[in-house]
Amino acid sequence: MAQITLIEAVTQALAYEMKHDDSVVVLGEDVGVNGGVFRATQGLQEKFGEWRVIDTPLDEMTIAGVTVGMAVQGMKPVAEAQFEGFIYPMMEHIACHAARMRNRTRGRLTVPAVWRAPWGGGIRAPEHHSEANEHLFTNIPGLRVVLPSSPARAYGLLLAAIRDPDPVIFLEPKRIYRQYKEEVPDDGEALPLDVCFVLRDGSDVTLVTWGAQVKETLEAADALAERGISAEVIDVATLTPLDFDTIAESVAKTGRCVIVHEAPKTAGFGAEIAARVAEECLYDLLAPVERVTGPDTHIPLFRLEMKYLPSVERIVEAVERTLAVS
Amino acid sequence: MLHRTLLANRCACYFSPDFSGRFAAAGRGTGRKTLRVRPRWMGRRPHSPLPNRERVVTIAAKFEIEYLQYLDAEGKQVRDDLPAFAQDLGHMVELYKLMLSTRVFDAKSIALQRTGKLGTYASCLGHEAAHVGIGSAMKPEDVLAPSYREYGAQLYRGVQPREVYMYWGGDERGNDYQNEPARHDFAWSVPIATQCLHAAGSALAFKIRGEKRVAVCTIGDGGSSKGDFYGAINMAGARQLPLVAVIVNNQWAISVPRKIQSGSQTLAQKGIAAGLACIQVDGNDIIAVRKAMEDALERARNGHGGSVLELVTYRLGDHTTADDARRYRGEAEVKEGWDKEPMKRLKNWLVAKGAWDDAREEAWKAECDDWMDNEVNAYLETKTQPLSAMFDYTFAELPADLAAQRDATLAREQKAQ
Repeated sequence: MAQITLIEAVTQALAYEMKHDDSVVVLGEDVGVNGGVFRATQGLQEKFGEWRVIDTPLDEMTIAGVTVGMAVQGMKPVAEAQFEGFIYPMMEHIACHAARMRNRTRGRLTVPAVWRAPWGGGIRAPEHHSEANEHLFTNIPGLRVVLPSSPARAYGLLLAAIRDPDPVIFLEPKRIYRQYKEEVPDDGEALPLDVCFVLRDGSDVTLVTWGAQVKETLEAADALAERGISAEVIDVATLTPLDFDTIAESVAKTGRCVIVHEAPKTAGFGAEIAARVAEECLYDLLAPVERVTGPDTHIPLFRLEMKYLPSVERIVEAVERTLAVS
Repeated sequence: MLHRTLLANRCACYFSPDFSGRFAAAGRGTGRKTLRVRPRWMGRRPHSPLPNRERVVTIAAKFEIEYLQYLDAEGKQVRDDLPAFAQDLGHMVELYKLMLSTRVFDAKSIALQRTGKLGTYASCLGHEAAHVGIGSAMKPEDVLAPSYREYGAQLYRGVQPREVYMYWGGDERGNDYQNEPARHDFAWSVPIATQCLHAAGSALAFKIRGEKRVAVCTIGDGGSSKGDFYGAINMAGARQLPLVAVIVNNQWAISVPRKIQSGSQTLAQKGIAAGLACIQVDGNDIIAVRKAMEDALERARNGHGGSVLELVTYRLGDHTTADDARRYRGEAEVKEGWDKEPMKRLKNWLVAKGAWDDAREEAWKAECDDWMDNEVNAYLETKTQPLSAMFDYTFAELPADLAAQRDATLAREQKAQ
């Protein structure tokens, strides 16, 4: 079986689902002949034709609104925002229509659609190509916000997202699109949404993260292990609806919680997790919750962007602070 | 195709974007000149750097916008080629009756709001010909994506007055239209013009699946300024989608008049940029509206692409019950609007044909009153939804996290009772 990267897993999931469900269509800018600017839709138009892999006019609002319309008609559109920084014109259709269609029509009309977007910084891209703004979606009721962090989870979670009867924002950490390969059987097996994945068991501290920061967080856990500190690593994967139980169980065990994300700190999704830990796990805590995040600034252009993103060192330092308390 | 043409500069007045009286003419009826679009690149004549003599220019494209009207404001027929449906007087009476019931319904809605039994309500007064014309031309399998006042079209497609009351009365069940074909139509769309793209997406789905169905969206003159409208017609043109975008130009976007909404001579011509068929219609003349809709729907259904229709009408009422139009428009203008309103002309025409009279009108009004009283009672007797309804439709299945919030909310409610 071939080993594939995260982005190849995205392509594999799209191809599998399009082959097995005629109602699945892909649409976006350059997704057709060009196969997407990151090649996520490579070869799909050849296989499925130009009416199922649709190059749209260059207008994100059009892509988003047309996606809502197709989904209401019973199709399962998978729309691509070329970069997360270009998703803003789509937000009205996502927030005002996709996310609330079921609710406002008492279930008469629904929007079983997926919005995919390459997400986050760290690839030396131009301005507006490096945003991490998952928190703008997590406060919208009726949406699922999903971030895969490995080839296998990209495949399994994207299949689940397409099959889900409600709208899903599927943010792909482009910094780790081609970080490594792993075996991902093309068996159509979806992974569960709405659950966190415990990537590494530990007993001293709980590291909670998602997306590309899973890479740094696992590396930090390795570095800590060398010093005899046992870190549990949780990939939240589905931010909303949140599986807080998995986080709570871990914090009950470790008594320490460090949350890592690259989006700005204030009102980032880490704030929600920290608040939930304070509400529900206060008496389990041995130390204050720490957050390792991007600062409340715009992500700088690429000469400084790696200084913006959470690093292994910053994660280790935060863990050390929690250990120093008790 | 490019072709070279001789143009005399003195002809520029013919193309002038300042063509005066263009809106006045719209409601006046007869004698309206066909407009030609003066290409923007030509600029305004006084600023032309070219000498005032014949010159050679290359024309890349030329456009005309047809204006359609059958009945003038008094109900006098201004052309003889009546479409087939209009030769069936029984059918025309049915259309008139629905226009009348729409007006009775609208008055009832406002009365409900004024007596505190309804929240904010968006009136359709003056739009009866436009809305019933749209609804009656559509086939059941087509899809309507309305804004929020197209009751005449929606009643035709099976929406019940009680559902309208429920929506404006603060109950989401008003959007859960029970009767086909409205049941597969979109619900009201408050974010302006967004429904245009939902219609375009529906049209794309129909095209992909090879279904002979058409998606119809309606927007106002203000809505035609929005990117969603342009995006939808652009998509429809690029992919030859079965989309009919209907601009119900009632001259006012709350307090902003048509003349500062857009510099476009007609709103219909916006469709030209998208490669769609375009027509401007007397929106107070139901025969013209219905005919233009039938033509556009047939074109779309047969794979010949989409259309933009501009129905020129007038908003006789306030924007909504929360608005006071006296703040921004004069009485003379409103009086002119009443002179051209859609009911009178159709009634005059039907009476002249011997198909309608005052006695029948009174009888039908009484029937409408009974119908609306029945609907109002059904609305007023509708119990408020249980509190759990706030949660139950957020997702197909309630996620555990949200279920916990629901349970806590319900427990608190139970304790309070």
